[in-house]
Amino acid sequence: MTMRIRISRMGRIVFLTVFGAILIYPILWMLSASFKPMHEIFSTVSLLSSQFQINSYINGWKGTGQFGFSTFFFNSLLMVVPTVIATVISSLLVAYGFARFRFPGKNMLFSLMIATLMLPNAVIIIPSYLLFRSFGWLDSYWPFIIPAAFATYPFFIFMMVQFLRGLPRDLDESAVMDGCNSFKILTHILLPLSKPAVVSAAVFQFIWTWNDFFNSLIFINSVKKYPVSLGLRMSLDTSSISNWDQVMAMSVVSIIPCLVVFFMAQRYFVEGIATTGIKG
Amino acid sequence: MIRSTSIFKRSENRQWAGLLYVLPFIIGMLVFKLYPFMSSFYYSFTDFSLLRKETFIGLSNYVYMFTKDPLFFPSLKATFLYVLLSVPGKLGFALIIAVILNMKLKFISLYRTIYYLPSILGGSVAIAVLWRSMFTVDGIVNQFLISIGIPAVNWFGIPSLAIMSISLLTIWQFGSSMVLFLAGLKQIPKDMYEAGTIDGASKLRMFFSITFPLLTPILFFNLIMQTVNAFQEFTAAFLITNGGPLNSTYLFGLKLYQDAFQFSKMGYASALSWILFICIMLFTIIAFKSQKYWTHYEDGGKF
Repeated sequence: MTMRIRISRMGRIVFLTVFGAILIYPILWMLSASFKPMHEIFSTVSLLSSQFQINSYINGWKGTGQFGFSTFFFNSLLMVVPTVIATVISSLLVAYGFARFRFPGKNMLFSLMIATLMLPNAVIIIPSYLLFRSFGWLDSYWPFIIPAAFATYPFFIFMMVQFLRGLPRDLDESAVMDGCNSFKILTHILLPLSKPAVVSAAVFQFIWTWNDFFNSLIFINSVKKYPVSLGLRMSLDTSSISNWDQVMAMSVVSIIPCLVVFFMAQRYFVEGIATTGIKG
Repeated sequence: MIRSTSIFKRSENRQWAGLLYVLPFIIGMLVFKLYPFMSSFYYSFTDFSLLRKETFIGLSNYVYMFTKDPLFFPSLKATFLYVLLSVPGKLGFALIIAVILNMKLKFISLYRTIYYLPSILGGSVAIAVLWRSMFTVDGIVNQFLISIGIPAVNWFGIPSLAIMSISLLTIWQFGSSMVLFLAGLKQIPKDMYEAGTIDGASKLRMFFSITFPLLTPILFFNLIMQTVNAFQEFTAAFLITNGGPLNSTYLFGLKLYQDAFQFSKMGYASALSWILFICIMLFTIIAFKSQKYWTHYEDGGKF
């Protein structure tokens, strides 16, 4: 019996390792390809190469046109950081309102929020584009930042509502006794306890906005303002097949911020998802 | 008397406070969701480009797409095929791996990270670039096939393989669904399995009579979210295959983008977006209606 358990455990570990290696292989291959000389990229499945070159990074970073990746990275930060901050603050405020207060129309508003969770972006993209055009927001990062400031990401509100509901109400009540107003309860008592939910929302939003291609393609049209996603796509188009090494190198560079954010926040991240769950 | 008024006052204040906190959401929803939603419906009955003002043309857009537009049905077909390939594949892997990962193992967090990683990066242009290079004729997928004695395949030259290669990119990102399954597995009480063991149930039997039924609410949630997303997929079709070959990967999201933002047919594209919306709505309604036959809720069934 114990023998059987041991074998099945070994089997599982072997399966998980082999399967995991297959899944991660493309990313590792991309990393290794970025250091390979051009002619070796498409000639071997091996992750090792005959020589180690970093020229692809240096030349790729300069970009193909007038603007290089320093510009694109800076632009991405200008777009992503305010969007993340706006998302977290607005979602937390709204979630607090839903989780801790009674007010007329609350149930209807909450249902509407769940419904918008399923509202496809594709349906509203054209009028949104026209709306942003009339506001004069095209070719700027406002189409990302302002909607985020108005809590238009129901996913995060829902996640935070679930989290806040899990925090005992006694905390709020004792704070009221101590003379705290509702805003102070949020900032001084609930916020420090909500770290897993807040960090998870920030990480998700960072990665989604950083990787966003569709909206960037529609709203940003001058190369000077391109975020990394559009810059990368441009280098793919202009160079087509001629310098895959540089394209690979810039692809690697473009995913590094997401990786860093993910690994830094991983502890909270998994905890945040696990505790908020989706059981409601 | 004084006490009761102060309590009354406080609860009244709390009402206003609650509304004040959700005010950003109310404004945001009206301006950035509801208004675009309504006007998209209106635009779908107009002839409208960015250069001239819209004119009302009734159902013409809808008539045109069903009778004349040569790309409408191919696009719809490609999208349904993509949804049918990618969503079950993704959820299947997510469930299987979650069940295995839920058992006690060493380095569990390492495995979890590895499986989650594709979900983090999968939507990026970088991975689209990678996928394009992997499945080209001399890409690593073919090199691998050759090394085990299978001839190279023209992945982006054959319609059925092209749609498969972009579906595979979606399936590869099963990690986010997996994490939700894992969270659900953690909530299943241990004593249910103990009772099962005493009754002499096999592992497989326990999976089908305990684990799976208790996970169906999460399966339902994952199914809805992933299907809604899959119906709208754009990046892969745009960057990897550009709709080809023979429109086999000309996904609806790509058609919508081209009609609206390349050909500036805003009215027509709005009509297209409503067809997409109806498809998603129909799917959602069917899923919700069928829910009582296959999902299991402890508390009687509240989503």
